[in-house]
Amino acid sequence: MSLATTNYLTPTGREEAWRFTPLTRLGGLHESSITLVDRPSLIAQNLPAGTSMSLENAADFPLRTHTDDQISLRVAEAVSQVSVLRISAHNELQEPIFLNRNSAGLEAEASRLLILVGSHAHATVVISNMGQSVLGEDIEIILEDGANLRFITLQEWETGSVHAARHHAVIAKDATFTSHVITVGGSVVRLLPTVEYTGPGSSAELNGLYFATDGQHLEHRVHVEHDCPNAKSRVNYKGALAGDLARTVWIGDVFIKAAAQGTDTYELNRNLLLTDGARADSVPNLEIETGDIVGAGHASTTGRFDDEQLFYLESRGIPAEQARRLVIRGFFAEIISKLHLSEVEERIMARIDKELSEVAQ
Amino acid sequence: MSTLIIKDLHVSVTTEEGSKEILKGVDLTIKSGETHAIMGPNGSGKSTLAYSIAGHPKYTITSGTVTLDGVDVLAMTVDERAKAGLFLAMQYPVEVPGVSVSNFLRTAVTAIRGEAPKVRTWVGEVKTAMSELSMDPAFAERNVNEGFSGGEKKRHEILQMELLKPKMAILDETDSGLDVDALRIVSEGVNRVKSNQDLGIMLITHYTRILRYIKPDFVHVFAGGRIVEEGGPELADKLEENGYAEYLPA
Repeated sequence: MSLATTNYLTPTGREEAWRFTPLTRLGGLHESSITLVDRPSLIAQNLPAGTSMSLENAADFPLRTHTDDQISLRVAEAVSQVSVLRISAHNELQEPIFLNRNSAGLEAEASRLLILVGSHAHATVVISNMGQSVLGEDIEIILEDGANLRFITLQEWETGSVHAARHHAVIAKDATFTSHVITVGGSVVRLLPTVEYTGPGSSAELNGLYFATDGQHLEHRVHVEHDCPNAKSRVNYKGALAGDLARTVWIGDVFIKAAAQGTDTYELNRNLLLTDGARADSVPNLEIETGDIVGAGHASTTGRFDDEQLFYLESRGIPAEQARRLVIRGFFAEIISKLHLSEVEERIMARIDKELSEVAQ
Repeated sequence: MSTLIIKDLHVSVTTEEGSKEILKGVDLTIKSGETHAIMGPNGSGKSTLAYSIAGHPKYTITSGTVTLDGVDVLAMTVDERAKAGLFLAMQYPVEVPGVSVSNFLRTAVTAIRGEAPKVRTWVGEVKTAMSELSMDPAFAERNVNEGFSGGEKKRHEILQMELLKPKMAILDETDSGLDVDALRIVSEGVNRVKSNQDLGIMLITHYTRILRYIKPDFVHVFAGGRIVEEGGPELADKLEENGYAEYLPA
């Protein structure tokens, strides 16, 4: 990969992939005229035995997977080093691996991470994004046969941050990939959780939670490519929005190719509009090229607070504001409880509570 | 000793055709320890009376007063009414996804009592109340009303009443959808709370069946948005025999 940056056309906003994104607020991440600063900003904390994280020469580690995303391509072009996290085969880790990023710059920067999960290894990787940044990121996750990875990313950015990232998982035979994408911070966040399968019996579960308040644009574009028989996918993203100009976009593309007999897929997106002036776009998209499948379905709902729920709680003495918090915690519980990280769960919900009370005033 | 006084209550709802009056002047006084059965045909406004007293936003009070021990109930928010000692057991309790029964009960009790219950005594209190209503302890970890059977929902309503210790309870068609065993368990629960707490009860029902288990002191026939006849328990026997035909517009 040695194409010049200028070979990639700068998106105009008319392209299907970019039509929802506020390009003028991307901090130049997508613009070929701006050079991305090469900065491997993820820091591994207490790596357990049988795992390693190293910086490798980007020339030796070109992108392993295909992408059309201009920002990922620009990131690949900009970085001289790639962070490579290796989890050795048959290694069953009890504790999660934390990769932390606490940025303090608003210069457009690029970061690449490659996660290699050996066959039959079991692990949880948690990527925590905090501070302020304008970050273009590409993460590739390669699961070998029978591997099982829980992949958690936390977008807890401060105001002003811009984050565009691709999280692409390649899932081999009998491997299981579970991702939990939690996005509560940042001014513009555009994430591409994408999945492909390379062997039968493989499975992916993609969960997400996003909470947008005044002026935040949080966009998640899920893409699941079933091109292998007998693979399974489940997608479940839940979002809530409060405040003027709070904006979320959820795209759920699931493609079942002719070779993908026995596919079992279901995707779901639910949005809760908590105030007027917020807007949630939800576009599930299922394309099926074979009829020989176990099941394929999708659902998308966008609604307001259920007044009957609030009345029920209030009629038991619970004040209105607390009742709203309870309903929102309940709405997100299904996603957040799957993290199995009690400290993180409480921190995320406390942030949502706080931002919600600020909007309410 | 508490007294709930409803005077000349008029209530409207907004429909597509404009405002529609449902309650057309309701007068009723309930004292602690008394059970008042409100009986009437479907659509007579019984549930509107219940929800108006509890403060559901759908209903607009156009005139009249409701006071509890002399304090204006209609000026209170919904949660303040509960804190003042009013409880509404709903006909169709609402599902609250993701909120466990135990979290819900603890939050409600904390709000009503003004302080969090002591962990040690609280666990035992809930356990005892649940076992008296023949509820499995695992129930506490389920989400509020989600996937509950009709009987489970009603038991859960009475469980809340037991823990929140109101002064006045409005039971809106608590008997609907219950089989005989569930009706007996729920009724025993109501009677237990009543004797423990000197509760005043407004028992709204279409049928006389529940009155075999919860004995009313007074029976009020409700039709066309107001009380049209009042009497003692013998009035219920008359309704059992004759139905509501004579109270319906010809």
